[in-house]
Amino acid sequence: MTTVELGMPDAPTPIDAAIARSLEQHGPKQTELKGKDFKTDQEVRWCPGCGDYVILNAVQSFLPSLGIAREDMVIVSGIGCSSRFPYYMNTYGMHSIHGRAPAIATGLAASRPDLSVWVVTGDGDALSIGGNHLIHALRRNVDMTILLFNNRIYGLTKGQYSPTSEVGKVTKSTPMGSLDHPFNPVSLAIGADATFVGRAMDSDRKGLTEVLRQAAEHKGTSLVEIYQNCNIFNDGAFELLKDPATGPMWTIPLQHGEPLVFGPDGASCVVRDDFGGLRVAETNQVDASEIVVHDATREDPSYAFALSRLSTQDLRYTPMGVFRKVEKPTYEAMMAEQLHEARLQGPGDLDTLLAGGDTWEVR
Amino acid sequence: MTGTNPTVAPSGSNGAPVPGSAPGGLVKSVVELDRVVIRLAGDSGDGMQLTGNRFTSETASFGNDLKTLPNFPAEIRAPTGTLPGVSSFQLQFADHDVMTPGDAPDVLVAMNPAALKANLAELPGGGLLIVDSDEFTPRNLAKVGYATSPLEDGSLEGWQTVSVPLTSMTTDALKDSGLGKKEAERSKNMFTLGLLSWMYHRPTEGTVRFLERQFRRKPEIAAANIAAFRAGYNYGETTEAFAVSYEIKPAPMKPGRYRNISGNQALALGLVAAGQRSGLPLFLGAYPITPASDILHELSRHKAFGVRTFQAEDEIAGIGAALGASFGGALGVTTTSGPGVALKAETIGLAVMTELPLVIVDVQRGGPSTGLPTKTEQSDLLQAMFGRNGEAPVPVIAPRSPGDCFDAAVEAARIALAYRTPVMLLSDGYLANGAEPWAIPDAASLPDLAPAVGFATEPNGEDGEFLPYLRDPETLARAWAIPGTAGMQHRIGGLEKADRTGNISYDPANHDFMTRTRQAKIDGIAASIPPTDVDDPDGDARVAVIGWGSTYGPIGAACRRIRGSGRKVAQIHLRHINPFPADLGEVLARYDRVICPEMNLGQLALLLRAKYLVDVQSHTQVRGLPFRAAELAAVIQDAIDTVNPAAVNGAVQ
Repeated sequence: MTTVELGMPDAPTPIDAAIARSLEQHGPKQTELKGKDFKTDQEVRWCPGCGDYVILNAVQSFLPSLGIAREDMVIVSGIGCSSRFPYYMNTYGMHSIHGRAPAIATGLAASRPDLSVWVVTGDGDALSIGGNHLIHALRRNVDMTILLFNNRIYGLTKGQYSPTSEVGKVTKSTPMGSLDHPFNPVSLAIGADATFVGRAMDSDRKGLTEVLRQAAEHKGTSLVEIYQNCNIFNDGAFELLKDPATGPMWTIPLQHGEPLVFGPDGASCVVRDDFGGLRVAETNQVDASEIVVHDATREDPSYAFALSRLSTQDLRYTPMGVFRKVEKPTYEAMMAEQLHEARLQGPGDLDTLLAGGDTWEVR
Repeated sequence: MTGTNPTVAPSGSNGAPVPGSAPGGLVKSVVELDRVVIRLAGDSGDGMQLTGNRFTSETASFGNDLKTLPNFPAEIRAPTGTLPGVSSFQLQFADHDVMTPGDAPDVLVAMNPAALKANLAELPGGGLLIVDSDEFTPRNLAKVGYATSPLEDGSLEGWQTVSVPLTSMTTDALKDSGLGKKEAERSKNMFTLGLLSWMYHRPTEGTVRFLERQFRRKPEIAAANIAAFRAGYNYGETTEAFAVSYEIKPAPMKPGRYRNISGNQALALGLVAAGQRSGLPLFLGAYPITPASDILHELSRHKAFGVRTFQAEDEIAGIGAALGASFGGALGVTTTSGPGVALKAETIGLAVMTELPLVIVDVQRGGPSTGLPTKTEQSDLLQAMFGRNGEAPVPVIAPRSPGDCFDAAVEAARIALAYRTPVMLLSDGYLANGAEPWAIPDAASLPDLAPAVGFATEPNGEDGEFLPYLRDPETLARAWAIPGTAGMQHRIGGLEKADRTGNISYDPANHDFMTRTRQAKIDGIAASIPPTDVDDPDGDARVAVIGWGSTYGPIGAACRRIRGSGRKVAQIHLRHINPFPADLGEVLARYDRVICPEMNLGQLALLLRAKYLVDVQSHTQVRGLPFRAAELAAVIQDAIDTVNPAAVNGAVQ
C-alpha cells in the first residue's frame, strides 16, 4: 500500500487505513482504464449541441492515458453550465458554489498531495465572482489543473454578458451594448505568474487533448482556457477561428521550439516589436531570423504575456496551444516540506504541548 | 464586596500589618489582602499589554487565581498621548477563586495624563493611584484638555495618589547601558512592573527569563529591560513613597499542574488536541482578523503535529479551503470574527448540504459592520444560528472562560465529526485575550474522537453501490468516503440531494424530506450532550439567571453576591445553544422568573422565548466590555425581591 504523506506523527492515519481497506476489497489500484470507465450513470443535461459535450468526451477519452486511478482523481467545480462536469465523471467530485472551486481545491490539494485535483469552471465563475481565488491559486502554484470553459456569455442565467464578452455586446442585461472591457484569461493568468497556461478550442479534439495532456502532467497550477461554443445564447462566438476559411488566417498555433509562422502558406509570422513586445508581420517582409521561435519554458513571463496580447477582442490573431510551462515548487510540496522539517525536531507530543510555557504544581 | 482596597497607610482586613525591614533601615509593613484589582493604563506604545501579561504570569505562577481584561484601541499607534491611544490591562487576583477581572480597579497605574483622564472615573474614591509624574508636561496635559495639572490642582485629593517620576528613574537606572534616552525610556514599563512586583511580592525569575528569551538577539535591550525591572523593584523596597507591600496568599486549587492561558491560545491547543484525538490531520484555512488572528499564529507553530495552516486570500477562501480539506478527510477548521462569518455564510451552507465536518470559530467583536474590532460582544448568536439562505441548521456551542475554550474546541470537533456537520464555535474578544490559570489536562484523558471519524470503505447499498447519503440510524450522519478510497467514487455538491444516492434531485417530496432530515440530525445532537447544568446550591431558588459564553464569570460573581446576602438564585450556563440540552424547557419552567444577561440586545432571550414560551427577562449591554458583577447582582436582587418580597433580608453587598 502507499502511505499518504500527511505529515502526521503516527502512520497510518485513518486516511491511510481507509485507503488500505478499500484496496484489500478492490485489489490494487486500477490504472488501465477505458474512456467509458469515467462515465457515470447520470444523464448529461447540457443543451443539445453544446460545446461542453465535446470537451467531456475529449476528457473522458484522454484520461485513461494518464494512468491515474479513478478514486485518486477529484474534480471540483463552481456554478454555471460547465460546473455540472463532475456529475458526469466517475471520479470523486464536488459541485461547489459560485466562484469558489479554486479555493476548495486548494485546501484539498494542499492536504492531500496524493490526489489528482482538477477544477472545472467557466468565464463567469472563474473571472467574475471567483476572480480573486483564481489569481491566488495561480500565484501559489498549488498542483491542480483548471479547465476554464470560456463561452463569453452567462448561459445558466440565460444570457447576460460575461467578463470575457466583447465591448458593446448586446444581451438581456445590456440592450444598448455592454460597456465593460473584457478580460483576456490567458493574459490574466500569466499576469498572476501562472506556471502553466494554455488555450484550446472545444471542437479541436486533437489540439485540446494535447494541451490537456501537458496541463495534467505539469506539476503546479495549470490553467487551460477552452473556447466553448454556447449554441443557445452566444452561438458562433468562435466561428472566426473555427471556420476552415478564416480559422487558419487568425489562429497562431503554438509549438514549443517552432517558429511562429501561421496563416495560409505561412504568410504571417510573429516578430518582436520596438517596445519589447511582439507583433504580427508578413513573413515575406521580414528576415527569417527575426521570426520568434516559441519557447514556453521562459522563466520571465513577459514573452508569454506579449504573445497573449497579440489577439484582439474579436479574436483576430489568437494563439492556441501552450503559452507557458515553467517549473516551480508546488505549494503543497513546500507545505509538506515545512511539516517534515518541523518533525525533524521530533513528532509533536500533545502532553508536552499542553504543558508548554511556565507551569506550576498545586499539591 | 469580598476584598479590601489596598491602602498606602498600614491597614488591612486580614490582620495587622507585619513590620519587615528593608535595606536602608526603612521599616516597611506587609499587609495581607484576599484580593486586588490592578489596572495598568498607558499609551498604546507604552507596552501596557506586555506589562500586564508579565504581571499575570508572575501572579499565576505564584498560585493566585486570576482573571484578566486587556482593553486596547484598534489603532496600532494612535497619536501619542491622546485619549484614543490609551491602552489598558486590568487583572484581579486573589487567594480564592475569582470569576471576573473585577468591576473596578483598587489600584490604577496611569503612565500619562491621557491614561489618567480615561480611567480615573472608574477608580473608586480612596483607591491607590500611581502616576508617572514625568509625563505630566504642559504639552501632554494640553493634549487631553487639562488646563492645570491634576497632580498640582488638588483634583486628585479623593484618591491616594503616589506621584513617581517613572520615566526619569528608568533613564537614570539605564544611564550606563549605552542606550540613548529615547530607547532607555521605553523600559519604563519594566520599571513599573518591577515596582508592582515588589508591592505584591511577585516572583521575578519568570520575567527575567522572559526578557532574556524575548530579546535573545538584542542582548543589550534584554539587559536594559532587566536592569529597569530590578531598579523598579529596588525602588519599591527603598523608597519612602510606599510604606507597605501586600501579600495575597495562593488560592486553593485542585491539585495538578497549571499554566496561565488565554482563550485564543486554549482554543488553538484544543484544535490541535482534537486533531490528535481523532487521528485526522488538522487543516486551518483563515484570513487575518481581529480578535481571531492569534489562533492562526498559534496553530502555525504546530506543524510537528501535522497541522497545516493556510492564510487565504480572503475569508471565503479560508473556509473554502477548510471544506476542501474536510472533503479529503482532514479536520477542517476556519477561524474568524463576525464580519468574516458574514462572508463565509454561503460556504457554511455548502457544508450543511454536503454534510461534511467543519469547525467555524467566530471570536465575536463589537458590530455591526467593522464595529469595535478590539472590543467584546455576543452579538453574532443569531448570525450563527440563522445567517444563511434556506433551512440550514448549524450546531452552536460557546466556551465560558479562557481555559474552557480548550474543551469547547474539542467538543466542536466531536460534534462536527460524529454528525458530519459544520459547527459554529462562538468565542469572543474578552475570552480570546483574557487569561486565567488552567489545569493542564492529561492528553490520554481527553475524549477519543477516532470512533466518530469512521470513514466508509465499503459499498453500503443493496446492489453493491456506494450511497453517500445513507445515514447512521442513530446520529443520522451520512457515510463519509474520502477520495483515494477505491470503488467509492461519488459526487456531492450544493444542489439538493436525493436521499441515499446523493444524486441531484428536484423532487418536491425529497426536498421536504431532506430539509426535515437535516434539521432532525442537528436536533438529535441533544441526545449526545449532558442535561442542563444548574447551579442552585439549595435547590429551591425561584429565580434563575441563564447565560452563554463569556458572561459566565460576571453572572457567577453576581450570583455569589446574591447568595452572600441570603437570597437564592440558580445559575444556568449553556455550552450548547443549538441544540439546547433536551431538558432545558423543563428546567426553565421551574422558575418564577428567568433573567438572561447578554452582551447584545437579547439574542439568546429571543431564542428561549421562541422555543419554550418562557417569559425571559432580558438584561442587555453592549459597551464592548464585560458586565460588572455588581450591576448584574442589582438586577438579580431586584427580580428576587419582586418575586418574593417576604424573603428580603438585606441588601446585596
